[in-house]
Amino acid sequence: MFGKKVKLRITFLLLSFISLILIVFLIIKSLEENVVYFKSPTEINDLSELTKKKVRIGGMVKKDSLEVKAEEINFIITDFKNEIRVSYSGIIPNLFEEEKGVVAEGFIKDRNFFIAKKILAKHDENYMPPEVKKALENK
Amino acid sequence: MKLILKINKISFKAQKYIFFLFIVVLSIGVVEALILSPSDYKQSDSVRIMYVHVPSAWTSIGIFSVIAILSLGNLVFKNKYFLTIAKSLAPSGLIFNIIALVTGSIWGKPTWGTWWAWDARITSMLVLCIFYILYILSWRVFENKESVKKITSLISILGLINLPIIKFSVEWWATLHQPASIKLSGSSIHSSMLLPLFVMTAAFVLFSILIFLMKYNTELIKIKNKGLDRI
Repeated sequence: MFGKKVKLRITFLLLSFISLILIVFLIIKSLEENVVYFKSPTEINDLSELTKKKVRIGGMVKKDSLEVKAEEINFIITDFKNEIRVSYSGIIPNLFEEEKGVVAEGFIKDRNFFIAKKILAKHDENYMPPEVKKALENK
Repeated sequence: MKLILKINKISFKAQKYIFFLFIVVLSIGVVEALILSPSDYKQSDSVRIMYVHVPSAWTSIGIFSVIAILSLGNLVFKNKYFLTIAKSLAPSGLIFNIIALVTGSIWGKPTWGTWWAWDARITSMLVLCIFYILYILSWRVFENKESVKKITSLISILGLINLPIIKFSVEWWATLHQPASIKLSGSSIHSSMLLPLFVMTAAFVLFSILIFLMKYNTELIKIKNKGLDRI
């Protein structure tokens, strides 16, 4: 179908493209630690040494775990295997709620206590009108 | 090859028709997105940012893949029109990339609680923006005609590797950005919200075609008047 020269070019480009992908893959693989935006409670639990640096923990806000005091809110982040208690004082985003995704940025005190400096809500990929949501819940 | 000659023939005439079509589709899309579509159960009206954010992200990624494929095509088949088409596509791709980043930021503040996060999806989208800027700049900066072709092709092919990273970043790594709503297996966006999403996508694609035609026609005139190749 193609001429000899064209075939040669296709082979060359294919080979260089594959090696490029390999290079990028290796770079990303070695940077994995930094590519991941947050750690799960299980990953915190599995750490051999607790860091003093700022980290982010993500998961679900456990049901019935949210307590709001005057200046402080406490809740539990869970990944359904392990959980970690979080204490935070400050502004919370609109979508922060029990049984919804959350990312907390702050410092690890011990394996199940975390002081958050910033709270981000992580929302899911579902979008629907309120009526549909109601109908689904009534089912 | 025949296809390109055909494009060249109709590209001057097509401009005004595409413009008319764009206005019609955009009006339908805006009415759908702002008035007729329902608000979200969780985010209420801020979900409407989606109808600009998602289509512009799709369009910018789509345009970059076309640019990269055309550059690959030129390297293999040595057809000068491939690169002219690719060059003319780039500006609208960059515009939509910037719109996606800015609207994402505006959407992020009320929902996530932050304007910006260095997570994999957002960062890889910023990398795409940098590739667009490099691509457009290198067309302007380099004087030598043969080397400019090679450099721009190289940039676009390098950028091509970034596209699957953008697409799958939300699955491969923990990100703040939520995973894809529309997959082959179905959509987790309710059908009443899908309509404005697709109409707006069509409008943005039409706008890109319009800007492309304007750029491409200028390039064709430049090629015709040899010596006026660079203004």
